[in-house]
Formats: sequence, structure tokens, C-alpha cells
Amino acid sequence: MSTEIADKNRDEFDIEILNTVGKPFIDKPEDIKMATRDCDVFYGDKQAIFGVDLDIGKNEIIAMIGPSGCGKSTYLRALNRMNDTIEICRVSGSLTLDGQDIYSKKQDPVLLRARVGMVFQKPNPFPKSIYDNVAYGARLHGLVSNKADLDDLVEASLTKAGLFKEVKDNLQKPGTGLSGGQQQRLCIARTIAVDPEVILMDEPTSALDPIATAIIEELMDELRHNYTIAIVTHSMQQAARISQRTAYFHLGKLVEVNATNDVFTNPEHQLTENYITGRFG
Amino acid sequence: MNKSTQIVEAGLQKRYAKEKRFRLYGLISILISLAFLVILLADIIGKGYPAFQQTYVKLDVTIDGEVLGLTAESPEDKLYSASYSKVIRNALREKFPGVTDRKQKRALSNLVSKSAAYELRDMVVENPNLIGTSGSYWFLAKDDVDVFMKGNIDRNLPESDRRIKDYQLEWIDTLVAENRLEKRFNTVLFTEADSREPEQAGIRGALMGSLYTMLITMCLAFPIGVAAATYLEEFAPQNNKWVDLIEININNLAAVPSIVFGLLGLAVYINFFGVPRSTPLVGGLVLTLMTLPTIIIASRAAIKAVPPSMREAALGLGASKVQTVFQHVLPMAMPGILTGTIIGMAQALGETAPLLMIGMIAFVSDIPQSIIDPSTVMPVQIYLWSDSPERAFTERTSAAIIVLLAFLITMNLVAIMLRKRFEKRW
Repeated sequence: MSTEIADKNRDEFDIEILNTVGKPFIDKPEDIKMATRDCDVFYGDKQAIFGVDLDIGKNEIIAMIGPSGCGKSTYLRALNRMNDTIEICRVSGSLTLDGQDIYSKKQDPVLLRARVGMVFQKPNPFPKSIYDNVAYGARLHGLVSNKADLDDLVEASLTKAGLFKEVKDNLQKPGTGLSGGQQQRLCIARTIAVDPEVILMDEPTSALDPIATAIIEELMDELRHNYTIAIVTHSMQQAARISQRTAYFHLGKLVEVNATNDVFTNPEHQLTENYITGRFG
Repeated sequence: MNKSTQIVEAGLQKRYAKEKRFRLYGLISILISLAFLVILLADIIGKGYPAFQQTYVKLDVTIDGEVLGLTAESPEDKLYSASYSKVIRNALREKFPGVTDRKQKRALSNLVSKSAAYELRDMVVENPNLIGTSGSYWFLAKDDVDVFMKGNIDRNLPESDRRIKDYQLEWIDTLVAENRLEKRFNTVLFTEADSREPEQAGIRGALMGSLYTMLITMCLAFPIGVAAATYLEEFAPQNNKWVDLIEININNLAAVPSIVFGLLGLAVYINFFGVPRSTPLVGGLVLTLMTLPTIIIASRAAIKAVPPSMREAALGLGASKVQTVFQHVLPMAMPGILTGTIIGMAQALGETAPLLMIGMIAFVSDIPQSIIDPSTVMPVQIYLWSDSPERAFTERTSAAIIVLLAFLITMNLVAIMLRKRFEKRW
């Protein structure tokens, strides 16, 4: 890349973000599943997220896009307090689930994570059998009382994740022996088995080939009817294909939130336009 | 061909030569160490295997009630206190009636081990009706006879240079000719504790001592070490001065000379807490101190190596921190933890220096029945025997080393099998 273009990019990069443009809020309060107001996240002295205001609606897929290091994963992890495990990480502002503050003292992080499940970038099945992987959460929380119910739950979860047909004869085989795409679907089945209300997905298909990606995208579209899904993705095509709303993050700030169609066809903010047209990122 | 290709080609020969040389060095060093290992094993086994055999003498004994001052109806304490060695002596004199010289008479009774009298006593106590009967019994031969029978004394040497005199040779030859000398498997080695008489000395006392000591070390060092490692890795605040200090100290402790742990054990366990000295209990406690840093360091490395994605997966499903650690992190770290434990325990098994300080380097002729009985351990027993002047102890030293190595290999095999089982769950 010549210096000229690099300089130009830097200029485009340096546009000041004053306020989030577009429609970060949802009008009807009964449609809101999660809401954050003035959310800041710090790693030690370094601030990673600056005053994010955003509503996540019920039964919608909201995609979060933006260049690497823009804080979208950090924001996602703040939504189910996965950041708690990082000692130097601090979250401030208001983050609510069904109107309840998830960072209040009364909120139990274990209960929260049972309600807000997470699927990670790299498929991470436990080194146990497929069955035990799916049954893990249910056993952990005591969701079922007998073996037959557990069998049913495992089957239902695997079916919902579109994996049951492929593994029904090998439920006792290790989950780590599956292919990458199957492993990720196993991880989704494992998350569904706990019956969460919100599923957070942190680049769930970035390690997968296009075919596996397509299967998972289809799956997400079906899951939308029962769950709220927030997905972080680097693929703008993916965001365009699956999400109803898209949020664009830049340098820790939420730049623009709009209906996905609008973001990709008619972005309001200059930075969003620069990003989706591939001028940087 | 451009210039850089030419330069690369010119240098290739040299690079390959270097690589070959390096591989050769590696091969040579492995061969040298293998050669030393073979020499060591050959030497130990060659010297040690005769100790697994022991010479026995058949004597025609008349259990004379008059000589013993006993009858079949004598009370048990009388049966115990009678002088059975006289009976044995008489049996030998009957066999070789020509011996009259005082010195030779003493030499004659020294053909048979002193334990013969005790064996006879035990037989009589068990069955008093033996009094007044006579019969042929096998007794342990004295160590000199045993050494000669194993070919370790050259009969062609001048008499003044051998431990066995000409008249003794004659007796032995007579006994051999009558099939009254026989080499059998040395059960004494495995059933008895240490003794001043080589033919009565065994390793059972030291073996049991080592077993008890290792049990205590294992039972303490493994849980404490794993718990400490888990806490430091998973729960302790990061970048905390105190945690750093503890870390540095643990790493330093791993390099502290083991005798210092012995001093510490002496000062703290024996002098302050009053734990009985010379016992497997205090030995195990001291070796625990010594083993802990090894186990902690290895366990921490193993826990650190568990991919963070596993913790995230469990936490993301709503497992608590403790559940995550116990259900996922520790099982996945277990092979590494066990490897560290094997190394630590193997070290502890072979350790003598710290035990010097707490009185475990002692002549103990009883087999310890519990963890608070005085006892010694295998490496100390080997040291004690290697220090003894009797020729028969040389082979017993090597035999004890063989047994110690076998103990070590068994212990490691068990640990490796456990490790394999945990690895399978991946």
C-alpha cells in the first residue's frame, strides 16, 4: 500500500465519532431484550468501550461489525459477564436483561450465563463424548431429573442444532473427533440445551469453511424464532445475510446502528461507509 | 541462475554438513549414556543376583531333652529360654567327631548360622513332642560358607589369605559330598529386617519403611501440591506482590539442598511437635516438604497449559469457577500433574540426606508394623550394607539396589497407567 493511500485512510480513520447515528434504540419497551446505556469497559487504565447505548430486541439477530480491535467482542462479552474472569477488566454504565441490571450485586453471574449463552470463535467442545457435551449444562443446573428426559433433551438440542442426523449413532464418541463445522454445531447444541434466552456468538464461523458456515447461518435463522441472537462477525456478507439490525463499532465507540439493509445500502455515517466499501478494516 | 541462488547453493554443503555433525553428536551422546546404563545394570545385576540364593546345611539333630533340660511337658517360657545352640553344636560335633582343638571347635559351630538355634526353638515351642526325637533339618549356613559356595573364595589361595581355613574346607567338602549343602532361593532376604549377620539380613524392614514413608509423602504432597498449584493458577489475584513472593519462594525451594529439609524436619517436627524420630511418619513429613515444590511447579505448568477456551466453554454454560476447575481444568491437567508427581516421588524414594537428620539412618532389626515404628528406608539400607566389611553384604547391597529399582519402576508404572487413563478421556 502506497503512503498516499495510507495517509488518506488515516484521515478517514480519524473522523471524530461524536454520537451514535441511526436507530440504536427500540421504540416499544416490550420488544427490548437487553439494553445498555453509557456502557464503558476498561482493561486496567485502558478504556476499550466508550459509552455504548444500544438496545437488543427480542427474537432478532443483531450483527456487530467493525475492524479488529474495535471492541465488539469486548462489548459482547460484557453482556454475559464473561469479562469477570479477567481481573483487570471493569465495566460501568447500565446493562440490563429484561430490565434488570446484570451487573448489580443481586445478579448472580452463574444464573446470568445460564440465561445468556455464548458460542465462541474457535469450536471448543469438552474432551468428552458428544452426549456428555450436550448434557453438561443440563446436568450442571439440574434441569432434568432422569435419564430418559436427559436423552430427550440431548436429542432435541442436537436436532435443533442440525447435528442429530449426523451423530445419532455415535453419541458416545468424543466431541473433539468431529469436523470443525460439526464441532461448532455441537457447541451451539450444548448452549441451546441450557435453554438460554439470549445467545451471544463471537465470530462463530470464522474458523469454518463456506459450507459449514452456510449450515450454521441457516441454523441461526431458525433459532431466531426462539432466541435473541447477538453475533460478532468479520464477514459483512454474513452480517447482511443473517441479521435484522447491524451495529458498526469503531475504536471502542458505537458509530451506527440501523436495519441491516440500510447499513449496507445507505450508511449514514462516513466511517460506516468507508468500512463497508472496504476502504479500511 | 541468479546471484542469490548461487550464494544459497554455495552454502548448502556447509549447512548439511553442520546438520549431519549435530545429529552425530546427539547419537554419540545417546550411545555413551546407553553404554553407561548397560554397564551399571550389568554390574548391579551381576553382583546382586547371587544374593537371591542362599546356602542351607542339612544337619542330623537329636533334640535331647537332657541337654536342653526340658521335657515335653515343660511350660512355654522354659521352652523359650533353653539353650538350643548346644543341640546344634552337638549335632555338628557328632558329624565331625575328630575335632578337638578349641579354635577348630568354634569354627565348626560357625558352619551354621546362629539363627539355626532360633529356628529349632520355634519348632520345639510349636511342637514340644519333638523333644527326645531326632531328625534331619535344613538350617541357614554361615555367611562365609555361603560366600565360598557361590565361588567367591578361591580355594587355591594360600591358607593365610583366605577367610576359610583348610580344615573348614575339608568339612565343607564332606558336606557337599553328602549332599548336605544346598543353594535355595533366599527367602530370608524378603522376610527379615536388617541383621549384623549377613545370612540373616533382609530388606523387608527397609522396604516396609520405604513403603510407609512413600505412602505418607504421597498422601500429603499430592493433595497439598495440587491444591496449592490450583489456587495459585486459578484463584490467586494476579500481579499481586504476595503471590509473586510465594511463587519465587516455591521455585527456590525446589533447588534447596535436601539435607536442609532434614534440618527443618528435625527442628519443627521432632523438636517442636514431638513427632517420634526415626519413624516413617516423620520421614514422610520431611520428604513431603521436599517433594512439594516439584509437584507444585509441574502442576502449575500443567494447569496453565489447559486451553483457556475450555474454561470459557464451561463458564459460558453457567458453571461456577470451582466447577470449571474441578470438572474441566484439573482432569485435563491431570496427566501433567501425575508426571510431576512421579518425578517428585521418585526423588523422594531415593533420598537419604534429609533422613540422616531425623534418625532414619539407623540399624533397625525389626520390621516396622506401623508408621510410628522406628524404621529405615531402602537407600539408607543400601548405604549401611555397602559400609559393612563382610563379603556377603556386597552382594546384598547390589540385591537391595535391584529391589529399590524394581520398587521405583513399579511405582512409576502405576503412575503412568493412571496418566494413560486420564489421557484417554481427551
